[in-house]
Amino acid sequence: MIAQELHPPSIWRWTSDHAGVILSRTAQHVELTVIAVVVGLAISLPLSILAYRHGRLYPPITWITGLLYTIPSLALFVLLIPVTGLRSATVEIGLVSYTLLILIRNIVVGLRGVSADVKDAATGMGYTRRQLLWRVELPMAVPAIVAGVRVTTVSTIGLVTVGFIIGHGALGEFIIDGLNRFFTPEVIVGAVLSVALALVVDALLLVLERRLTPWTRPRERRRLPATRAT
Amino acid sequence: MNQFVDAVHWIFTRSNWHEVNLQAGIGSQLTYHVELSAISIVAAALIAIPVGMLVGHRRRGEFLAVSVANVGRAIPSFALVVLVFIAVGNLVPSLQLSMAPTTIALVLLAMPPILTNTYVGIQAVDADTVEAARGMGLSERQVLLDLELPLAAPLIMAGLRTAAVTVVATATLAGFVGAGGLGVFLYNGFAQQGQEQQLIGGAMLVAILAILTEVAFAALERAVTPRTMSRQRRVVSPGPRAVVAA
Repeated sequence: MIAQELHPPSIWRWTSDHAGVILSRTAQHVELTVIAVVVGLAISLPLSILAYRHGRLYPPITWITGLLYTIPSLALFVLLIPVTGLRSATVEIGLVSYTLLILIRNIVVGLRGVSADVKDAATGMGYTRRQLLWRVELPMAVPAIVAGVRVTTVSTIGLVTVGFIIGHGALGEFIIDGLNRFFTPEVIVGAVLSVALALVVDALLLVLERRLTPWTRPRERRRLPATRAT
Repeated sequence: MNQFVDAVHWIFTRSNWHEVNLQAGIGSQLTYHVELSAISIVAAALIAIPVGMLVGHRRRGEFLAVSVANVGRAIPSFALVVLVFIAVGNLVPSLQLSMAPTTIALVLLAMPPILTNTYVGIQAVDADTVEAARGMGLSERQVLLDLELPLAAPLIMAGLRTAAVTVVATATLAGFVGAGGLGVFLYNGFAQQGQEQQLIGGAMLVAILAILTEVAFAALERAVTPRTMSRQRRVVSPGPRAVVAA
């Protein structure tokens, strides 16, 4: 509609006219992301512990999650349509499947990085295997886990926009709508807000990491270059 | 489930390889998709590998390499493709419906992983080894090309692999901004009623192409990894890799 108007509104005018829907789509974007990362963690944690305890299981687990990770999001969302329909749950399933590889890899790397001396000391103090895991190994793996959560969250925020293909793209809806109407301000609003969301959430998670691990100085930052984009 | 059967049938219908609804068929869209991806990856590599090598050789500029990777990750590929499409349309309208806008977006997307991995790979070469090479009278150029580059090759290939899979996946969006490629089938299925075969069949083709790309680049990566290194690596991290700096 807007593009057909003789004088299309400026980006500021458009934004203030659509404040309500911008807010609700941002909230939807956050919701889709948070659920995906939380469910992803809930699946990754037990799988990682299993892979950590039984090293033989690690290659097949990363092989399967790696395969899922390789399937382009646009294609995966479409391929899920016959199974789960045009619902937001379909986007959610796709998003969760992309979190697994990086989360599992980071949790396992974190757990494997706990020094043998520390584990020996804990065992010597009478810790059971379960106590060792929950009170020593997992807490010490927190920096690696949070690094994985950060990368996963940032890429999930980007991937949500692709959900437009089944009508649940949150801020991505502005991008496809603006493209279809040749109305640039709408595209910019969608793009800028999703980038801003990613940067803000990343910063918040960094703060969280420092709070959770007061004993570490961020002497060397963990980094994971290059995650999937689409 | 029936929809999957229909989609497979659509793919294996020979006439669809020549034309689909009177438009370009699977054959030419697949060719376009591969060409677009190949051009983008080669262009990105030609820019990012030399830059990564120089920055890595000087052992400085880590902040730059990491920032590029982080910012690159925060920009959704879908947004980037659409924004570049609009920008090209405003600046050079005649090129808007060509391969150019998507190629530019894909090159921008492909550069961060290649740049970061090249930088990390070169910079991680043991400093004592580099000093020894200098002591033996190797020039800076020889140190870079004959010592650092071969040692960094596996990591550079890993970056290329990540970039290639990303590019093949994102090239699908070309079909949504008036260019070609396998994404055209997804776009038609998205924009029109009753084109489920095209939609799901197109998605299957995109998924298969991405997986083949991954497999091909994994093989290349293995080929440039010395045998002694590959044994360690296989234990450390199979599958597409992400570097966790310890």
